[in-house]
Amino acid sequence: MKQASGEKCINLKLKVWRQKAEESNGRLESFKAENISKDMSFLEMLDVVNEEIILSGKDPIALDHDCREGICGSCGAMVNGRAHGPEKGTTLCQLHMRHFSNGDTVVIEPWRSRAFKVVKDLVVDRSAFDKIIQAGGYISVNTGGAPDGNAIPVPQEVAEKAMDAAECIGCGACAAACPNASAMLFTGAKISQFALLPQGHPEAKKRALAMVGEMDKQGFGNCTNEKECEAECPKGISIINIARMNREFLKSSILS
Amino acid sequence: MHWNSNRFILLLSSSIGKKLVMAITGLGFCIFLISHLAGNLIIYAGNDAFNSYAERLHTLGPLLILAEIGLLLLGIIHISTGAYLFYQNFRARPVRYKKKRNAGGRTIGSSTMPYTGFLILIFIVFHLVDFHFVEKADRSIYQIVLETFSNPGYTIFYILSMVVVATHIDHGFWSLLQTLGIDNLECMPVFRVISSAFSLFVGIGFGSLPVFITLIT
Repeated sequence: MKQASGEKCINLKLKVWRQKAEESNGRLESFKAENISKDMSFLEMLDVVNEEIILSGKDPIALDHDCREGICGSCGAMVNGRAHGPEKGTTLCQLHMRHFSNGDTVVIEPWRSRAFKVVKDLVVDRSAFDKIIQAGGYISVNTGGAPDGNAIPVPQEVAEKAMDAAECIGCGACAAACPNASAMLFTGAKISQFALLPQGHPEAKKRALAMVGEMDKQGFGNCTNEKECEAECPKGISIINIARMNREFLKSSILS
Repeated sequence: MHWNSNRFILLLSSSIGKKLVMAITGLGFCIFLISHLAGNLIIYAGNDAFNSYAERLHTLGPLLILAEIGLLLLGIIHISTGAYLFYQNFRARPVRYKKKRNAGGRTIGSSTMPYTGFLILIFIVFHLVDFHFVEKADRSIYQIVLETFSNPGYTIFYILSMVVVATHIDHGFWSLLQTLGIDNLECMPVFRVISSAFSLFVGIGFGSLPVFITLIT
């Protein structure tokens, strides 16, 4: 894996959160990342570091990753205090090393929230998000013949707003970046994508109550409209979806 | 559609419900501040005008006491709910980041809400002691204002407090529109400007009073 040193390569000092298991104490451990091509992604840089760790007979840094195309929501870590690193609208796998300079010190930490337990190193358990989806993030449709296309008319601008909300990949950056560790952008987006469309209307009231209730139960904090989630969301999901969730929840709570 | 009291209790105990309580009580304070400022600006019209405004205000009698009790209740609810939310939000991240940077969403107002709120509480205590529970038998309210602001230390404390109030409102007013679900994509920038304008109006409106008093005495 050694690459020729040159202008295309940089050397970094990493400080990575290492934690053996949920119950063990973690600490920042220093590593050297040398001859890192600027064309690499952040995860590829960690792959290089991990190969050297493995060669030296130690335990590699555990991290979540899957598609490496910025669409699956698996990867994610705090890089120098920013969710998915310093670039706007990217996941960690789409963050490229050209955004770093030779000699930089990079601090890498897992998402921090009471609802996201650290499994190992940078891997956190995000099943709290799954529980919120299970509580109501779906529509119930009877099986049978496929409905005709355009049988249910949806105005184009409404479809666009629903799609904007549905872009959420559930990576957890919103809750990780939120000063209150709140999951309201995630829950707001998931409620909005259905609230906007006719297919979501029959279960809208039940959905808003159940999903917000589950979100609270999971131990996330309360939104104080700081907008840090929107700023860090790799999909640029707007906090307007939180306002819509608030509306949906109020409607469901007061009127029945 | 019918009223469902169980759901209402569930609402108030939820995260969004507590935010709603903050929003509605906050809105109550915003409305109070407008009427309070409208009254206080009469100071610019001089001694007689301000004293007669105060007299007429006190002829409201029981209505005034009702408003005071209302404000006290708003205060108790806003502060206790805010304190509980602050505690819950603190608990939501038991292990803090070693390194954390802002992504550009936060403002000075948004990141200091609990602290500016606490400072406003301290200000209100002093404010009530100085102007509400003060001995009024032998002097007019205009005289009390003049005497209180003749102390430069208090004047500086008052002006700084108004900066804190404006900072709190700058985030608070916009935030309550978002929490009430009134906010939408098209209106958000407008609401932000309205909120900042309102906070400046309140801050400068009240903050200019001691400056004016100092200049005329």
